[in-house]
Formats: sequence, structure tokens, C-alpha cells
Amino acid sequence: MTLSVTIDHRLGNFRLDIAFESAGGLTALFGRSGAGKTSVINAIAGLIQPDNGRIVVDGTVLTDTRNRVFVPVHRRRVGYVFQEGRLFPHLTVRRNLVYGRRFAPDAGGMAEIDQVVGLLGIGGLLSRRPIHLSGGEKQRVAIGRALLARPRLLVMDEPLASLDEPRKAEIMPYIERLRDEMRIPIVYVSHSIAEVARLANNLVVLADGRVAASGAPAAVMSRLDLFPLAGQPEAGAMLATTIAGEDARFGLTVLRTAAGELRVPHLDLAVGTALRVRIRARDVMIALVRPEGLSALNVLPGTVAEIGAADGPVVEIRLDCAGEPLIARLTRRSIETLGLLPGRPVYAVIKSIAFDSHAFAGTLPGGGGGADADMMLG
Amino acid sequence: MSSLFALSPDELTAVRLSLWVALWAMAASLPFGLGVAVLLARGRFWGKSLLNAIVHLPLVMPPVVTGFILLLLFGRRGPLGRFFADTFGIVFAFRWTGAALASAVMGFPLMVRAIRLSLDAVDRRLEDAAATLGANAAWVFVTVTLPLILPGIVAGMILSFARSLGEFGATITFVSNIPGQTQTLPIAIYVLTQVPGGDLGALRLTLVAVVISIAALFASEAIAYRATRHGAAS
Repeated sequence: MTLSVTIDHRLGNFRLDIAFESAGGLTALFGRSGAGKTSVINAIAGLIQPDNGRIVVDGTVLTDTRNRVFVPVHRRRVGYVFQEGRLFPHLTVRRNLVYGRRFAPDAGGMAEIDQVVGLLGIGGLLSRRPIHLSGGEKQRVAIGRALLARPRLLVMDEPLASLDEPRKAEIMPYIERLRDEMRIPIVYVSHSIAEVARLANNLVVLADGRVAASGAPAAVMSRLDLFPLAGQPEAGAMLATTIAGEDARFGLTVLRTAAGELRVPHLDLAVGTALRVRIRARDVMIALVRPEGLSALNVLPGTVAEIGAADGPVVEIRLDCAGEPLIARLTRRSIETLGLLPGRPVYAVIKSIAFDSHAFAGTLPGGGGGADADMMLG
Repeated sequence: MSSLFALSPDELTAVRLSLWVALWAMAASLPFGLGVAVLLARGRFWGKSLLNAIVHLPLVMPPVVTGFILLLLFGRRGPLGRFFADTFGIVFAFRWTGAALASAVMGFPLMVRAIRLSLDAVDRRLEDAAATLGANAAWVFVTVTLPLILPGIVAGMILSFARSLGEFGATITFVSNIPGQTQTLPIAIYVLTQVPGGDLGALRLTLVAVVISIAALFASEAIAYRATRHGAAS
């Protein structure tokens, strides 16, 4: 699957001028509200016709203003999961789900419906009407409805934004299964860094109608200059880790990273499982010498790679820990006191209990966002 | 000896004719009412406000004027009257069909308004959602828009029916007062009040009119309730 998007579109005073490509998986469009994210997927779905632009999915040209190509919405086969679900209120869940079936050229039989219903866990809802569904159930039905129309591409517009934390945690595993089991390419709009960290293979950061950065999430998210653009107070870096073993006596799990080992509260995962861990900048302390007599279990050696622009008393700095990025948030005073400069070797200190379920991007069995607060306190 | 509850054969004829005329007026104007409501709610074309004005004319003009215009257009020698007689074999002048036409025209603005209001209330984003699932515009209209505006359509039909039952001025001007052919309930009541000893008959027909009106109201409430419960309005 390849997706290539170029859009130049004017909406009143706002100008959207973006281009990005994706080779499949889940591409997250990330940025603060008003950055133009929804306009981009509306253009992909054909709900808006850009002034200038070209949108190609797998070699099929959907929009090409130069050659006057504009495939109408209903022939695009771009599944759309809207922020508010948009289920048909006059139809039962079952009839909502099969609404797009008659237009799907290669629709499978009941088996496919059963598969999607099973995947999304909505088997018990089929005879209900949308008004009797919870927010999370509505979103799962909306995802199923889009899937069963057999789209070549799925676009999702902040599908979790209207849900509370437990409901978000309820849906995220399903989106991961779409990405990994159904192998359907997804363009996912979000302004939540936790969602992006957990779901995206490919990250496009939008700011004021332009692409501020794009690429692999770990690389993009370690760039200090992007957090203010994206309106994110929760700066942080992503580390690729694997489960190395157990510290059974203390109920800890040992993760291996390129920079060294991390001990985190017990994770019910097999040794060797790959796991993406997001470490928030505010959970990282910096020491000039390897600290001793300290309660924190995780100390990673590294060097200062970049010191962010000072804006107020707080500064973010990026460390290079054996090739892995780590972001720390310090006061400007600490930077001066420690004499931090790019190239300076330091030690990053991370408390084990800083690892909450937000931090883990892989599938956690039974991992619920609702447990966040408990884990952080514990 | 006539009683309060036994209708005379003539009165019964007037009641039957009124119901028949009102049903036809309602049914025949429905497709046009729906079409015009869609045009007005969704269309963008030159002359839209003109169409809107023409549709609403019967609401603001004296009914007698509307009746007279109908007489000019659909009378035996009227251009449209001749056209319908020659092409479809439908004659309006001094027939029950003319009474139905007059009723339909008088009720038309009410029907269009009711349907148009419900169309305006439809969440267009649901129609977008249907399009992303592969449905073309016609299918979206039939499977999403139409079910959602059903309460409005029902309300429009009831209004048209009720307006037909009450139609007097346009009908008597256009098709006169022919018992069994164009003498509808209101006209029959009027005639009875003009003859000596007709008061009891007028009262009987008045009671019938009240009963029919209340029944229509209850029917519309029941249908609207069902439509709402089925989730058309959330």
C-alpha cells in the first residue's frame, strides 16, 4: 500500500499546504486543533475538493486537480471513522454494519461480518439501535461499519477524542488489531501524543497548515522543536525495548534497550517481546556522575545532543543514549548549574514507577488506561 | 324525526365526499410536496425565491382568489384544464377532482413547509457518512434522508389532510356547490345554516368534523411518536 498526498487548499484565511507519503501501516496526522488535520483526511475521502492537489492510493488517482480528476466520495472506497461515530440512528447496529456491503465489489459472505464483529467485540449489540450504545460501543460499531465496506484505506478523525480514558483504553487494542491483523492502511488524526506513540508507524506533524515534520515516530518525537508546535505539554521520547527477563523477587520486569537495562513494574509479557516505551521528559533527571545511594533503579548513560530553545524557566534537552533519544525537562537554572552543553556525557535517571500504562506502546494484556493513576502512585 | 346522531343520507354523502377529497388531495400532493421541499431545502438555482413565493401564495391570498385563479387555469376553457382533459382525460371543472385540486393547492404550502423544516434538521454529516460507505446520492436519499424526515412527511400529510377538510372558499369558487360531487362538509354546513330548520343538520356535521379532526390529530401524534421511538430523532 502506498499513499501519496499533496494538498494546497485555502479555507478563508487558513491555508493548507501539505505533502506526505506513506508506505502503509498507521500514519498519524498529529497537531493541535486548527492545524488542518481533518481537512487533510476530508480531502483524502473526497468530502472536500482541494484547490490544488493530488491524492493517490496504491496507484489509483483519487484527486488530481491538474488533470481534472476527482473521484466522487462514494466511489473512492476510503472508509471514514468520524469523531462522533455518525451511526445511522434509524438503523440497528446490524444494519449499520452492513450498510456499505452492497457497494463493496468483493464483499465476502457472513464469515467476514462475523470476523469483524468478533474482532471488535460487538456481537452482543447487533439488534440495538445506536441511541442505546455507549460512546465506546458506538465507535467500535463505526469502525466495523467502515471496515465492512471493504475500504482500500481507512481514515480516522480523532476516533477517541470524545471518549473518557477507560473507553479510550477499550478501543485502542482494536485499532492495533486493524493495523496488525487486518493489515489495513490507516490515516489517523490525533492531537494526543499517547495515542500516536502507541499506534503510529509513521508520524506527520502538522502545524498551521504545513507539515512541520514527518517520519518514524521515535525520530520525530525526539525533536525538541516540535512540542510547542503541536501544543503538547507532555514532551517525551520513545525507546525501542525488548523484554529481557523478570526480577521476580521484587515484581519487576527488566527491559533491554540499546542504552542499557530498565526495570519497570511487572509486565505480563513473554521474554523477547518488543515493546515501545514512552518516557516523559518530566520523569527524567540528569546527573553528571553515575549516582549512588539513590532510590531510582534506572540509570542510562548518554551524552547531551541538543538543548532546546529556552522559553521561560523550563528547557527540554535531548540526550543520545547509545543511539536512542531521551528527552529530559529541566529548569534553565539546572542547565547552567550543571554546565550542560551538547556533547557532554551525563547519566539519565528514571524512576521505575514513572512507567505507567501510557508508556507502553505495545499490546498489554488487560492493560487499561484506567489504571494509570494507580500505577503512578504505586 | 331526526336526532343529533343519525346523519341524513345527504349529510353522509357530504362526509364521505369530504374524506375522499381530502385523502386524494393529500396523496396526490405528496410527491410534489416532497420534490418542492427538497428543491427549496437543498437546491441552488436561479428563481428559488420565486418558487418559494409561488408555493406560499395560497397561504397568503384570499382563498376565493385562489379558487378564481384555479377556475381560470383549470376550468373547462382554461389552458391547463383543456390540457388535462385532452391528455389524461381528467376534468376538474365542477367535479370532485376539482375539489381535490383546490384542497391540494390550499394545503400545499403547509405540506412543503413541514417537510422542508425536517429536511433542514437532518444532520448532513450522516449523508456524508453514507457516501463514504459507497452510497450514491439517490441511495443516500432513500436510505438515510427519507427515513430521517419521515416525521416531517407525516406531519405535512396530516396538515394537508386537515386543511383539505376545512377548505371552503377556493372550492366553492372553483367547483361550486354540487351535492354528491363538490359539496364537501364545510359547504354542506354552510348551506344548512342558510335554510330554515337546517340548524340540527349543521350541528350534526359540525360534530362529525370535530371527531375527524381529533382523530387526525391523534393519528399524527401516534405516527410521530413511533417514528421518534425508532430513533429518527435522537
